Amino acid sequence: MAPRQVATEDRLSGEVVRLPLMPETEPLEDPRLGDVDTWGRSESFRALLRTLYDPIYSKWFRVEWEGLDKIPAEGGALLVANHAGAIPSDAPVIMHGIEKELGRPVYGMADYFFRTIPVVGTLWSRGGGVPANPLNAYRLLHDEHQLALVFPEGTKGPSKSFTDRYQLRRFGRGGFVEIAMRAGVPVVPIAVIGSEETMPVVLRLPALARALGIPYFPVTANMLLLGPLGLVVPFPAKFRLRVLDPVTFDVPANQERYTKSRVMEEAERIRMDLQENVYDMLQTRRSVWFG
Amino acid sequence: MTGANTFWGGRVIQALESDPGIDVILGLGTEAPSVPFERAEFVRADQAYAILHRIVRAAQVDTVVHTFLMVDSTQVTARALHEINVIGTMNLLAAAGASDSKVRHVVVKSSTMVYGSSPKDPALFREDTPRSSPPRTRMERSLVEAEALVRDFAEDNPATVVTVLRFGNVLGADIVTPISRNLSRRLCPSIFGFDPLLQFLEEDDVTRALEFVTHREIPGIYNVAGSGMLPWSEVATICGTRLLPLPPVQTRRLAAPLTRLGLVDLPPELDQLLRYGRGVDTTRLQEAGFRYRFTSAGTVDSFVRASRLRRSAGNPPPAYTYEHDVEQFFRHSPSVTGGER
Repeated sequence: MAPRQVATEDRLSGEVVRLPLMPETEPLEDPRLGDVDTWGRSESFRALLRTLYDPIYSKWFRVEWEGLDKIPAEGGALLVANHAGAIPSDAPVIMHGIEKELGRPVYGMADYFFRTIPVVGTLWSRGGGVPANPLNAYRLLHDEHQLALVFPEGTKGPSKSFTDRYQLRRFGRGGFVEIAMRAGVPVVPIAVIGSEETMPVVLRLPALARALGIPYFPVTANMLLLGPLGLVVPFPAKFRLRVLDPVTFDVPANQERYTKSRVMEEAERIRMDLQENVYDMLQTRRSVWFG
Repeated sequence: MTGANTFWGGRVIQALESDPGIDVILGLGTEAPSVPFERAEFVRADQAYAILHRIVRAAQVDTVVHTFLMVDSTQVTARALHEINVIGTMNLLAAAGASDSKVRHVVVKSSTMVYGSSPKDPALFREDTPRSSPPRTRMERSLVEAEALVRDFAEDNPATVVTVLRFGNVLGADIVTPISRNLSRRLCPSIFGFDPLLQFLEEDDVTRALEFVTHREIPGIYNVAGSGMLPWSEVATICGTRLLPLPPVQTRRLAAPLTRLGLVDLPPELDQLLRYGRGVDTTRLQEAGFRYRFTSAGTVDSFVRASRLRRSAGNPPPAYTYEHDVEQFFRHSPSVTGGER
């Protein structure tokens, strides 16, 4: 009924004047038992996860940050980073790190594929993961003024071979730029090194992936060394992260569409910026394991 | 008013009867109504509404409230579902849109099932959000088709106010749905590894919303559901039932013996809903002035209280049986002078 939208608004305002609103009532009773919110996240479960994950963050990966002050202390912002490692550790490192250092929760946005895996999908959602959907992103960034994290490379990042390490893939169709423009928030790029060495992809088995209905099936160095345990145990590479200058776009928010040329130009600029910084950080890295 | 014999039709007629601004209420139903009407007239009609055109003309009907869209596929065959939801709606709208019709307001009771339930869904659907996947079940297809007919009708009849209400999962003291049946048992089906977020709507809020839009003649599509969302596991805990996890692959096939034995209700609509849930944004109706009485959790709570009462006190006997001649006597006999019915 889209074409009637205008008439709707006119009539609506007229109606409200003629008939009084229903009386305002006190807040409704809401007898909840759990703490799962409308995003599916549970603060108590997240607190447990943070306690369990902190030793991995500080002892195993020994994460070090540069430029954390560039992450806005309030208001929405879209964090983007390079993505690597067969089962990527960069997402939990960034999410836990920012919450630990700045006290701001980060909503990690992942492919909807996550939701289709039993148990994993539920835990991911309880832990603060949100399916990457433009409407979800808009609500998080614009309406709720939160930090959201996306990896514009998508699965092309983690599925690439170890020989291609630290070579950023294409940034999708620049959807992340469009989302930030629409929500009127800055993009904050984060360059990550160490992620590639946590779980290097030796080869991929596309036929098996197709049979299982998953985006890619990697054979990792971890699996070759540790067997099945290698599926879940990353190597203790040293993580270094550098927050780059926030990128703002001087375009009006809330537009239905933005010109593709502008979007792609901005996306490519952010990609180049991340790529340069990754190379720069690698130049000063003496050891994969000690940084 | 269509579906006068159904749960919703009867409820809404009762609610509208108290409004002096409404002269005549005509209830159409395929069977005798299950609740007493104060002054509404009941007309038996088949679900295709073949006689509707005549009624609309004869009674100068100005408002049509279409509550007779089926949303529970366990109660009807596939063919009947199509007849009721699609063909019924088509005939109804044809009668309402006829050149000599005086209809200026059409209210349709639809369901949030038109959004489907898939992993690609946003956390909250707005009224203008398209589905993320094509409809998979007969129920969803029939509702999507019925709404498309309503949309065409609205375009062809710009002078008629068309209101579509999409209701979420309804629970309450009296309504029986596949979800309420599951929650009333000791074991309640879930799908292993999934704990979807669901919204619930109290049955009284459904009636109130239909009454609200009928009075105000506000056009457009509105989601109706209680605020907040609950994981299915929490719903089960509130209802005091244990979850019975079903295998995530081949779920309905493997659950078929249980369904056959009447131990679980798992219509195709629930198979996806119990994985991915569904949430709708309800701000639009609230901005129009509607106030809910129950949140999602409050709805579940009110449902549990009612079922506890029923468990302890038993089913109340049916309070009313429709007697055609008696009703006619009360309405039209000169010896009935008002006051006591």
